[in-house]
Amino acid sequence: MTTKVFITILLAGLVTWLIRVVPFVLVKRFKLPAWLIDFLSFVPVAILTAIFVESLLIYRPGQWPGINIGNLLASVPTFVAAIISKNLLLIVIVGVISMAVVRLLGWA
Amino acid sequence: MDEQLTWRSGFRDVLPTVFGYIGIGMAFGIIANTSHFTVLAALLMSLIVYAGSAQFVIVSMLAAHSPIGAIVVSTALINARMGLMSMTVAPLLQGENMVQNVLAGTLLTDETFALTMNKLNHTGHQLHSSWLHAANIGAYSVWAAATVLGAMVGQMIPDPDVLGLDFAVVAMFIGLLYLQIITDKSDPRRRQVGIAVFVAICMVLMMRFMPGNLAILAATVLGCLFGMGVRRFDH
Repeated sequence: MTTKVFITILLAGLVTWLIRVVPFVLVKRFKLPAWLIDFLSFVPVAILTAIFVESLLIYRPGQWPGINIGNLLASVPTFVAAIISKNLLLIVIVGVISMAVVRLLGWA
Repeated sequence: MDEQLTWRSGFRDVLPTVFGYIGIGMAFGIIANTSHFTVLAALLMSLIVYAGSAQFVIVSMLAAHSPIGAIVVSTALINARMGLMSMTVAPLLQGENMVQNVLAGTLLTDETFALTMNKLNHTGHQLHSSWLHAANIGAYSVWAAATVLGAMVGQMIPDPDVLGLDFAVVAMFIGLLYLQIITDKSDPRRRQVGIAVFVAICMVLMMRFMPGNLAILAATVLGCLFGMGVRRFDH
């Protein structure tokens, strides 16, 4: 490992740590205004949707995003598993098997 | 998932996310290995940076001899959304001391954040650092172990992608999103679905102009503003 790699890891780690920890320190010190609490109450649904939809899209600079067919296809049985089981472990297992099948069939 | 906020239940609740960490962590180890990074470098990245997509970007930028400053700025942009997640969790631990808060923030990830939000629906919106530490440490250890495994035996074992393991993390988010919408009683379900649809449309529009990681941040902020607007309109 070269010095450059090591320094990069340290600095990238530091900046990531600050992003994670500073909000905790600030919230501990100061009371959040009501509008911010209102705003933050929507973060879970908004961010989970954004992360999921991002996995269905393929970024193409200067163009509309493409569709990740494999992830889209595997998502269907995974959603069905979610509705039926409401059990996270089972949902993940169905998802993994679905993706393996999608690849096995050469659909992605 | 139940209402208990102990260490024990934290370890139990984090179990379903383990597959995602194994799949992506091993994939990261393999890519670090094929990009000529040592096992130690891969492990340090997973231990010190501890952020899935940012680590992949760091490896590829280092391999492309990008300057350190550019790599650090990219890492900050990719991980900016974590600030939103930390700020959402922080008020729940406000009553605990600063050390617990800093520790909880240090190991918070997309996955343990999402898990925490689901947990709140079972605990009457209560959180305790014991549960979160257990979930965080469970995730962190599996991530580190998977990275080492991928980096060490990466070329000998089948590509985890073939097994569908890389999809584990997407499946988990599907599950957590669905469970969040059906169990969160603090907001009408119609409004939650409306926000999800709005964010999905934003993502498609945003990714015309920016890569996915930035689009996630932008679409989340817009989605929250949209939610605030709708809540005000409904009242």
